[in-house]
Amino acid sequence: MLMRYRFEIGCVVALLACFLITQVELNRFYYFAGFAILQYVLISTAWNILGGYGGYINFGTAGFLGLGTYVAIAMIQFYGAGIIEQIIVAGALAGLLGLGIGYITLRLKGVYFAIATLAIAIVLETFVNNWDYVGGAAGVSILPPRTPELLGITIVDRKGGGIFYNNKEFLFFLMGALAIMSVWIARTVEFGKLGRGLNAIKDNEEAAECMGVPTLKLKLIATVISGSLMGVAGAVFPSYLTFVDPPTAFNLEFAVNSLAMPMIGGTFTWIGPVVGSILLGTVQQVAIVTISSEINLLIIGLLLVIFVTIAPHGIVGWFMKKNK
Amino acid sequence: MEFLELLINALIAGILLGGFFAALSIGLSICFGLLDAVNIAHPTLIVGAAFCTFLLNDLLGIDPIVAGLILTPVFFLLGMGIYSLYYQFFERQSAEALRGLAFFFGLLFIAEVVMIMIFGVDHRLVNAPYIGESFTAIVTGMTFSIPYRLLAAFVIAGLMTLGISYYLNSSYFGRATSAVHQDMMALSLMGADPVMIKRIAFALGLATCGLAGALMIIVIPIEPAVGRFFIGNVFAIVVLGGLGSIPGTLVGALILGIAESLVSTFFGPSWAPAVSFGILLGVLAFKPTGLFGTGDTR
Amino acid sequence: MAEALLKVDSVTKNFGGFTALSEVTTEVKSGERFGLIGPNGSGKTTLINCISGTLTNDGGSIIFDGQDLQGMKAHLRTAAGITRTFQIPRPFHSMTIIDNLKIPLEFVSASGRPQAEIRDEAMSILETMGMAEKADEETSGLTQIELRKLELARAIAAKPKLLISDEAMAGLTGNEVDEVTQILINFNEQGMTIIMIEHIMRAVMQFSQRVICLDAGQLIAEGTPDIIQKDKGVERAYLGV
Repeated sequence: MLMRYRFEIGCVVALLACFLITQVELNRFYYFAGFAILQYVLISTAWNILGGYGGYINFGTAGFLGLGTYVAIAMIQFYGAGIIEQIIVAGALAGLLGLGIGYITLRLKGVYFAIATLAIAIVLETFVNNWDYVGGAAGVSILPPRTPELLGITIVDRKGGGIFYNNKEFLFFLMGALAIMSVWIARTVEFGKLGRGLNAIKDNEEAAECMGVPTLKLKLIATVISGSLMGVAGAVFPSYLTFVDPPTAFNLEFAVNSLAMPMIGGTFTWIGPVVGSILLGTVQQVAIVTISSEINLLIIGLLLVIFVTIAPHGIVGWFMKKNK
Repeated sequence: MEFLELLINALIAGILLGGFFAALSIGLSICFGLLDAVNIAHPTLIVGAAFCTFLLNDLLGIDPIVAGLILTPVFFLLGMGIYSLYYQFFERQSAEALRGLAFFFGLLFIAEVVMIMIFGVDHRLVNAPYIGESFTAIVTGMTFSIPYRLLAAFVIAGLMTLGISYYLNSSYFGRATSAVHQDMMALSLMGADPVMIKRIAFALGLATCGLAGALMIIVIPIEPAVGRFFIGNVFAIVVLGGLGSIPGTLVGALILGIAESLVSTFFGPSWAPAVSFGILLGVLAFKPTGLFGTGDTR
Repeated sequence: MAEALLKVDSVTKNFGGFTALSEVTTEVKSGERFGLIGPNGSGKTTLINCISGTLTNDGGSIIFDGQDLQGMKAHLRTAAGITRTFQIPRPFHSMTIIDNLKIPLEFVSASGRPQAEIRDEAMSILETMGMAEKADEETSGLTQIELRKLELARAIAAKPKLLISDEAMAGLTGNEVDEVTQILINFNEQGMTIIMIEHIMRAVMQFSQRVICLDAGQLIAEGTPDIIQKDKGVERAYLGV
């Protein structure tokens, strides 16, 4: 019985752990690093739903993420929207973006989709640079509400009385919850009909189509799920950073990490991106403070190339038989 | 009158820019269009060549165009090396094409980071007599101005791209390269080694990075991340021209050059990056084979 | 005589300036064993690509079971009852053998049924192929004949009315050819219409009730195996005289 629900139990335990961490008043750096790692769990899990299961590479993570970020900013500027609304709308619009790009390019060879997604980040950045309402090229400062409420419950209050002492701690918990949700979604996809269909597409698309798999439809569904989760990851950014400019929101690092983490962890199952992002995310957080951010990026690039050439099944592939 | 003056200036600049774009794209056209090796690191390698040009110019005072010529064989050898790796790990194992793409993406990122570590994120320029000055003519009251650096880039780019298209069109090697694209069997019957032909063709594609890099630093100040902004351009050009068609690439480059120049002139330069993407998506949506393409896109 | 299950009418396909199929017209009757022959590059595979929907014909029409297939996607044609195998086997290599069969079952013939039933169904198909003991193995360890059988088993799992077998015997030994021929005859006896594309003349002539021959994209002969074997045009096409 317990074994059967071990994944669900694991999710609850992880969520509780995230909550407890927020209650023990750690050094702020740990929340910062933890937030970044959890965000990468979310992003790379999202990427893997299309890239790992379906074999379609999305280079535009930064575009989807940046779209989410700027949708949230626009909503804050427009009417001071709450964080949950921002997440929902950003997720929906990023999903729509995926649908649009996918509809045009997913009928063609996979490289066209990859190229289109690569360009999307640059184009969205161009638009934001030219859109002064959300700060334009100079960036924008966001003032998070002092005592945010959800369903009438005070979430954050420095004087006590709220669930969290600090906004950063609340957002850390929120990102943890979103990351766990994304892993749950990815696992559901993987063990369902959608996941099996995507796998067939990755192995041989023409054979999949001839065996009755509606390939375009499944690819579009995967792109929408994947894209909206990236948008969700972006929506939390403005509240967290409190200052956002286009180079931060559309940073190519997101694209590289979201690709490298699943590739290094293993793309064929949900745990691969989780392992990859926790491992690589931790290394990065340590490297940024101890060495330099350039060397840190160089390490990711080299690891990506090494894994993609000689260990295509990633770290998880060493421990697990590739077939379930 | 003022509008006409703007328009004609924009058109002239666009044509010159198109020539420069052709130099950036022709190597990719060979690798992607003829060999199916989707080298998204191409623009970043061009930036690498531009930095080498900067060093040769800055330290030894070599003219950038001469520096580009010196770099060409270096990038040819680099291309041989990269293709050998690519062949070994991806093509020979007939791995999913997309893994090869991830490989080139990693390459792009590594190249960019290495450049940041060496050169920092400052913009760099080169010195040459033709940089900075403009040719100006006043015709019927309208002032037309052509910067010499764009003109120089246009002339060199034109010589290079026309030379390569002529060579690929008329030489045994060129025909063998198209044969590689269309039919491996036929090539074996011709007694040629397909892998060697592909390696040389890929290396030829990369060799163009040498001169293209020199032209890039003549035309614009460069920094390590600038290559990324050209990814949209070069792919839009190659796809617009049609995969596998070198003349198509040249036409595509001119079209994009003119389009970008017009948008910069009339809407402001900050909108220019959106042009290539618009064209790319438009072509993919309505005519994925491009203007002169024969390849299949599915 | 039974009704036509598949009507191919003036089907034309061009690649750039090259005409791969030129106004091919033929009919396959319900329950028939139909042979399709022709030299390399004669358009056999192009024709079945057009029928199965992996290519779109430029001209003419294809009617299957009373339904015009124009513009219909390949997966819908599979759902309508046309399944094909590939000349070079294309197994889903990241899956086990039984999971390969589950794809058409889950997406077409047993869509919406519980996993346990789908697995039983897949097992029974593997048993008819004599591959049941390999069910949970990976496809990478399969021999040539096993790959061919998997290709057929996967196609059968879609429960087609019309099975198109594209050179299922290339590279097999004489005994193996007989084995595969027998498998196809067994399926035909259960009511499945079969188009066999084959280079091995002995097999296709023994199997088919009716044969057509393509050459350079054109239909040059049609008839019983006896008639085709005596046809001068077919002989010329093969000998290249």
